[in-house]
Amino acid sequence: MAKKTMFEKIWDNHVIHQEEGKPSVIYIDLQLVHEVTSPQAFEGLRLSGRKVRRPDLTFATMDHNVPTKDRFNITDPISKQQVDTLTQNCKDFGVKLFDLDSIDQGVVHVMGPELGLTHPGKTIVCGDSHTSTHGAFGALAFGIGTSEVEHVMATQCLQQSKAKTMEVRFIGNRKPGVTAKDMILGVIAKYGTDFATGYVLEYTGESIRSLTMEERMTVCNMSIEGGARAGLIAPDETTFNYLRGREYAPASYDEAVAAWKQLTTDEGAVYDTVVEFDVDSLIPQVTWGTSPGMGTDITSSVPNPADLPTENERKAAEKALEYMDLKPGTPMSEIEIDYVFIGSCTNGRIEDLRAAAEIARGYKVSNRVTAIVVPGSGRVKIQAEKEGLDKVFTEAGFEWRDAGCSMCLAMNPDVLKPGQRCASTSNRNFEGRQGRGGRTHLLSPAMAVAAAVNGRFTDVRDWEIKTEVLN
Amino acid sequence: MEPFKQLTGIVAPVDRVNVDTDAIIPKQFLKRIERSGFGQFLFFEWRFHESGEVNAEFEPNKPRYQDASVLISRANFGCGSSREHAPWAILDYGFKVIIAPSYADIFYNNCFKNSILPIKLSEEQVEDLFQRTAKHDGYKLNVDLENKKLTDDYGLDLSFELDEHRRQFLLQGLDDIGLTLQHEDKISAYEQKHAARLG
Repeated sequence: MAKKTMFEKIWDNHVIHQEEGKPSVIYIDLQLVHEVTSPQAFEGLRLSGRKVRRPDLTFATMDHNVPTKDRFNITDPISKQQVDTLTQNCKDFGVKLFDLDSIDQGVVHVMGPELGLTHPGKTIVCGDSHTSTHGAFGALAFGIGTSEVEHVMATQCLQQSKAKTMEVRFIGNRKPGVTAKDMILGVIAKYGTDFATGYVLEYTGESIRSLTMEERMTVCNMSIEGGARAGLIAPDETTFNYLRGREYAPASYDEAVAAWKQLTTDEGAVYDTVVEFDVDSLIPQVTWGTSPGMGTDITSSVPNPADLPTENERKAAEKALEYMDLKPGTPMSEIEIDYVFIGSCTNGRIEDLRAAAEIARGYKVSNRVTAIVVPGSGRVKIQAEKEGLDKVFTEAGFEWRDAGCSMCLAMNPDVLKPGQRCASTSNRNFEGRQGRGGRTHLLSPAMAVAAAVNGRFTDVRDWEIKTEVLN
Repeated sequence: MEPFKQLTGIVAPVDRVNVDTDAIIPKQFLKRIERSGFGQFLFFEWRFHESGEVNAEFEPNKPRYQDASVLISRANFGCGSSREHAPWAILDYGFKVIIAPSYADIFYNNCFKNSILPIKLSEEQVEDLFQRTAKHDGYKLNVDLENKKLTDDYGLDLSFELDEHRRQFLLQGLDDIGLTLQHEDKISAYEQKHAARLG
């Protein structure tokens, strides 16, 4: 039998129809829905007199617009209308909604896995590019536009041309202080923001195997920042243990696990492309520019655009430095910040908050810094409070907020002012992403806390961990 | 959907690599629940100063590019979020054709759902178009999808590649939900076969 990669196995399991020269029709096992990219899709169904074909395979929440303080009081009337529209649409079309009253409400890519909706081998879509997060379970998960959201609602299928496959092979092991976030930021800094366009990635190597489920989600979440259609990690005991007992885990769990074990890439299967990334020499990363690929080591300096190889890269770096108000040659550790955001579908899970709290414990946020912690979901918030992490943060001077996307894209009231510089655990540092004129630097949760305390980027590998909170 | 066959239009440049969908349409404008009316917000933070004044330095704002319907830009156009508001804004502003060396996948796919033709050319060909646009006031391109040709009044005669299915899709203005529903029997059969897994 032909040797297959995991992507090819999942693909073949879902092809409904194919013919030469046309995209295949593939079945979609799960669609996640949020308030921003769905209203026009529901409206399209209404106009054409169609229904949601499988409301039982469709789950919604509200996350992008939700305030993280006084969450039931959405003061922006257009935001409120969007949230209310989702509520009405879910009611009209029979879609299960985890709304603001639900403990499960949260960032859609935190909520899905937490509920056990994300399974190995599933095809999963959402009108959101960070759907790639779910690839951490060995699910083929990707973002789609609103027309395709409607398409999946109406047909439970999509027309897709088959992507190429790329193995991203991590060599070696992480040193202390180096996180999953640094691994993926490092890959994108090395290979660029479009190295994976047209590909589905599979992350492999010992340092991927040793990641927890939540760390794997951080890696897969940012696959899209490398241009990939999706990013996969083969399911293993870590995956099976994570899902066992969750609300939407399969009823016949052992049978499901047996099937999931068959999904891994066959020995000898060939990827279209293979790239390698050295983890042994990786150190904590911070971005300096306006694209996630514009990143470097914390011990390094802001690069000189003149040193870059192509004219387009030089121009892009010059524009980025102008926007970021940075000078070439400035050590990253001398860049002062005004704001810290800990949260998002990249780093808003309980392990992220534990890692952040470990660094924050016994320290105080710098006077010049506003720092907020936004749990990824209602459940993450409750768990963190059970563990006393909220106290660690508030004692240290962080604000402890309610769940939502918050400052990852600043559609809610959490917005940078022009010129403010933010250390952010999110996934995008585009111009204006966190507010017009705002300057975003991407990094790990631990690095974000260190920056909050010192008011400038700090190598967390040198941090003295304290066990007592400061009174 | 509106078919797309041929267009002759003024070309406007946005000379940047990695033009992301946050730049194409910032998030504060994603709250609308309609598909229409997004053109006024296209490239908002580049087109307008914070004061609300028009940024005269931004190329598409210059009088010579008014009424442009062809947008040229650099590599990895449309990277970032999956928001279909980006092609909605581009179309509503008046662009029907985009030309760049490469596109992000989701954005590229979204264009076809909205009768926008995203053309891929080599870096050198795109550079040549930037130069022609700068050189000739009111520079126009003729875009012929039936023959996959780009021509201008100054002797340009270029062929471009496009997946045949995508070409037909635009030429005929197809409804792809309708196309998928032609396979209703196969969808139902799949659902029955996988009933245990799908629940």
